[in-house]
Amino acid sequence: MGAGHGHKLHFHGHSVIHRAPAHVKLLALVGFMLTVVATPQDWYAVFAAYAVVLLTVVAASRVPPLYLARRMVIEVPFVMFALLVPFVAAGPRTDVLGVSLSEPGLVAAGALLMKGTLGVLASLTLAATTEPGDVLRGLQRLRMPEPLVQIMGFMIRYLDVVTGEMARMLTAMRSRGCNPRSPRHWPTLARSLGALFIRSYERGERVHLAMLSRGYDGTIPR
Amino acid sequence: MSTPVLDVRGLAYAYPDGHQALFGVDLHVHEGERVALLGPNGAGKTTLVLHLNGILTAGAGAVSVSGLPVAGDNLQEIRRRVGIVFQDPDDQLFLGTVRQDVAFGPANLGLKGEALERRVRHALDLVGMADFVDRPPHHLSFGQRRRVAVATVLAMEPEILVLDEPSSNLDPASRRELADILRSLDVTVLMVTHDLPYAYELCPRSVVLSDGVVVADGTTYDVLTDDALMAAHRLELPFGFDPRVMGARP
Repeated sequence: MGAGHGHKLHFHGHSVIHRAPAHVKLLALVGFMLTVVATPQDWYAVFAAYAVVLLTVVAASRVPPLYLARRMVIEVPFVMFALLVPFVAAGPRTDVLGVSLSEPGLVAAGALLMKGTLGVLASLTLAATTEPGDVLRGLQRLRMPEPLVQIMGFMIRYLDVVTGEMARMLTAMRSRGCNPRSPRHWPTLARSLGALFIRSYERGERVHLAMLSRGYDGTIPR
Repeated sequence: MSTPVLDVRGLAYAYPDGHQALFGVDLHVHEGERVALLGPNGAGKTTLVLHLNGILTAGAGAVSVSGLPVAGDNLQEIRRRVGIVFQDPDDQLFLGTVRQDVAFGPANLGLKGEALERRVRHALDLVGMADFVDRPPHHLSFGQRRRVAVATVLAMEPEILVLDEPSSNLDPASRRELADILRSLDVTVLMVTHDLPYAYELCPRSVVLSDGVVVADGTTYDVLTDDALMAAHRLELPFGFDPRVMGARP
């Protein structure tokens, strides 16, 4: 898509990684993820090797590490889950600082953290080095079914419109003395999200009408 | 008289929920005319517009465009002939770049390669947006998006351009720029609007739709200065605007 007007996850650059064809990057990402997930959880040296490979790619992309690190907060819910595992898992237990933890639980949590972190970092690297439009064209070249590619294209196009609408609704709520962060106002927030859903649905219908009006017949010419 | 570009006869329509929006509308627009379609909210203006290119199908009556009836097999050709510019440009610009959006219509008509690119360039030149061809639409200002929305339709080389509230949400400069563009186009125009000064500025003829029927059809000056008609159909001149004390139309 347009040069220099990327998405929030995109970091503008001209490195080898940026210039690599999108479908190659997509295949590499999927291959890497499958390999990581399939690796037995106690092969620590192999995980270290994966991390080195990934960090080399990140370095080659010249995307600042801090840029990626800040976006990795998306992983936090999984981290919380991983931290819970040693407390609740069954099996032989061991004492760490006086707290009884499950040994298999510790191993599982470690593996979950490693695999999750590698996956998130690899995906963020793809997003940082590839414009959303190129990802779509890459998927198309990989023969992803046309309707799915179209749906993803609309998602990218309307993400800003819908989040903008949501931000305006929240501003309007705040202006009338409601704090969307306070649990007391969550019912109101939920209703406004419902309204947002309906508005987006209706917009979808209007977009469809506008497409039909210009002779849409099921395929989007690119 | 020649075949009208737009010929609506006895058009009636009820929505699936039973709400009847149109009760026998007659409207003829001839080549080269610029006609304003005026009417209060809920008069059925948008419903009428959606019949002009076959998005809605008439319950009774008929619509034809340059002699071609709006029905079944003709829809693709009808949608080329009737270019509708919707009120919200975000509904009309749904692709990644201005070029892709303007190319969408003509590409659906089968244009490719060099011919398609020429069509896109020409349409964008007409609205003065040629420099923005590689920009994503959501990074443009509202006025620019409205102009690109007009270009997406001009690229199909329509016989009639139908605009739904073209001046809504525009600042005065964007509003004037759009008026200049519309005046410069060599195309028949039907403009749905509440903006009476805009209608007076651009359209020699006005049609008033109220409660699903055409209640007046005449020169814009006559319609806007008929106080009884205006009052009866919830039309009001904005403060400070009165065609009677203005000079000739620009």
